[in-house]
Amino acid sequence: MAQEKKLHKQHKKAGNAAAYIVLILISIIWLFPFVCIVLQSFRSYKLEPGGMVDYLLPKTFSLDSYKFLFSKDCQFFQWYGNTLIIAFFVAIGQTIMVLMVSYALSRMRFKGRELLMRFWLILGMFPGFLTMICLYFLLKNMGLTGNGAIPGLILIGVASSGMGYYVCKGFFDTIPKSLDEAARIDGASRARIFLTMTLPLSKPIIIYTALTAFMAPWCDYIFASYVAFGTSKKYNVAVAMYRWVNTNDYQGYFTRFCAGGILIAVPITILFMCLQKYYVEGVTGGAVKG
Amino acid sequence: MKDNKKSAGSKIAGFFKWIGNDIKEIGVTFKDGDWKTRLSFVIMGFGPLMRKLYARGIAFLTLEILFFYYLFSFGLGYLVKFGTLGTQESGWSDTGLRVYGDNSFLILLYGLLTIIIIVGFIFLWRMNVHENYREEQTIKQGHQLKTNRQDLHSLLDSNFDKTLLALPVLGIFVFTVLPIIFMICVSFTNYDYNHQAPTRLFTWVGLKNFKELVSFGSAGFGSTFFKVLIWTLVWALFATFLNYFLGMAVAILINKKGIKFKKLWRTILVMTIAVPQFVSLLYVSKMFANDGLINSYLMKWGVIDNAIPFWTNPMLARITIIVINVWVGIPYLVLITTGILMNIPEDLYESARIDGANAWQMFRKITLPYMLFVTGPYLLTSYTGNLNNFNIIYLLSGGGPQNIKMVGGAGNTDLLVTWLYKMTVNDTNYCMAAVIGIMVFVVTAVISLVVYGFLPSVKDEEGFQ
Repeated sequence: MAQEKKLHKQHKKAGNAAAYIVLILISIIWLFPFVCIVLQSFRSYKLEPGGMVDYLLPKTFSLDSYKFLFSKDCQFFQWYGNTLIIAFFVAIGQTIMVLMVSYALSRMRFKGRELLMRFWLILGMFPGFLTMICLYFLLKNMGLTGNGAIPGLILIGVASSGMGYYVCKGFFDTIPKSLDEAARIDGASRARIFLTMTLPLSKPIIIYTALTAFMAPWCDYIFASYVAFGTSKKYNVAVAMYRWVNTNDYQGYFTRFCAGGILIAVPITILFMCLQKYYVEGVTGGAVKG
Repeated sequence: MKDNKKSAGSKIAGFFKWIGNDIKEIGVTFKDGDWKTRLSFVIMGFGPLMRKLYARGIAFLTLEILFFYYLFSFGLGYLVKFGTLGTQESGWSDTGLRVYGDNSFLILLYGLLTIIIIVGFIFLWRMNVHENYREEQTIKQGHQLKTNRQDLHSLLDSNFDKTLLALPVLGIFVFTVLPIIFMICVSFTNYDYNHQAPTRLFTWVGLKNFKELVSFGSAGFGSTFFKVLIWTLVWALFATFLNYFLGMAVAILINKKGIKFKKLWRTILVMTIAVPQFVSLLYVSKMFANDGLINSYLMKWGVIDNAIPFWTNPMLARITIIVINVWVGIPYLVLITTGILMNIPEDLYESARIDGANAWQMFRKITLPYMLFVTGPYLLTSYTGNLNNFNIIYLLSGGGPQNIKMVGGAGNTDLLVTWLYKMTVNDTNYCMAAVIGIMVFVVTAVISLVVYGFLPSVKDEEGFQ
């Protein structure tokens, strides 16, 4: 009996060891590309090839790529600022839109509510790129392309965002309705309940919505490149840096792309890690409720 | 089936009945109404204004004035050309001056907008009639009408939904609904490279584009379309289920009893979500290039002699994309499944262990059914999301490698959406792009509807409680 127990223990130990090995392997695989980006960003494009090389560690550690980004002949910080502005306003606008729609759909019962939800569900099944050309001309008629690309992109980012209410509505649905009813008996209006009761209770979902909205513009390449076409002052980072890697000249710009990527990824990652808890709540909540 | 037909039939009957009742009510309102109401039929909001309901009255009247101003100063001109989408092509006059003709694009867009606004106005007019009817009834019954103050205050209380939804609905209408209807219309036109607005005209061609989509000739879209469609479906299947099972496996591994630093492992994975995809995916794509890091190291170590054509061999490119997508997807799945896994009642496993079940049996009989039940809807949305997973294809392979047998610039790893994008941007073949877009919608809608009915959590909500 004692021997059996010992055997079982040994078995378990071996299992755990295997699990650790797998986990370490997984961690390496997942972190590997990021380590590579960091290492390559420190390779000098002046002394060594600026593109693909067959070694990982740079021969000389240098800050050339970063210096280039900070230098006057590179508009990197203009692009960075553009993206920051877009991300900031889209995050605010989108959060407000989503909160308004979610509250109305979760708490109020009005004629056409079901119809509206079904209609939006169907609209969501159309691919976004279908309407790209039409949106472009709409913006162009408003003068929001080229030089006006930044307000244009903010407008597009905010305008239709009400359709992404699912996660937030799911959250509102879990706040007991009896709270609302009690406040209504005390004579509070719907607007007051929304502003002074529901919103303070919804901090996690507000942060989740704002965070996801804030992160999206950093990846927005397709539409942004269309809208800002030909006006390099108004590019966002994704558009500008995509050009660095996907032109014939990319061999010279690869390390600079890595350095730029680091400058973008590090602040966002830090922000994300700080708010991770809320993100996890939002994602799991959304997944379970569908 | 019979039931469906019956309900559809009764729905149509119900619709006509509703219209009949509506017209009857309009007639009754006019016949029985006083002069204020009758005048309201022409001058909207006249009734409420005379009954001192200024807020409502002014709202109606302003909207009517705006509508007619829009119609006569702007909309009507486009609407009359809507049937032909313009007849006068831009060109040069005899004296060498530029002569601007019709712009088919704007005619289609503003023509549509005008039609929608007219329909909206009819509804508004109907509301105006009903408003008068309601007011008269209230007065007849000796009740007080609501004051303007109450009216405005209700926008923050009982009508708060209207206040909240006004802006989002307007935004969605202008920037989603209108463009979608516009593109659906474009799929019935010949708006392509040879018919570019504003210099050239395009016009209605009926179902020609849809016929072309399923025509199998040398220039027909048929064979390309079905190839791309099949790869899209297969890709979404792999992207969803491979990620799902592997992600669940990693989550189970991290949750395993006796494993330490659970938070660290999870954090490492989650961190990869934070890095913008265009940085990480572009880098990974270059890593697998012919002169990229992977190939050059493998060659240096003597594992291979020639570079592995990750992006130039069609089959290999597809496999590489699916594998890299696992790298992208697992962190999300770990996030999602960890919480759910911990919710599975521990006593289920306890009793299974007493019955002598091994780990695999427990997974098969307890974990998997539970997970599938809870995450069924997620799997569905994830599948339809993957059908349209533009970023990963575009940033990794750009749809390549190119295939000369395919039309419309499609490559071997192109999904329907990336093909749509190429057709819009490279070929400016807008009408075929619109047709593809509609097909994506049809595929998504059909799959969603069919699968939704089969989901266990929809069929049997209490199943696991």
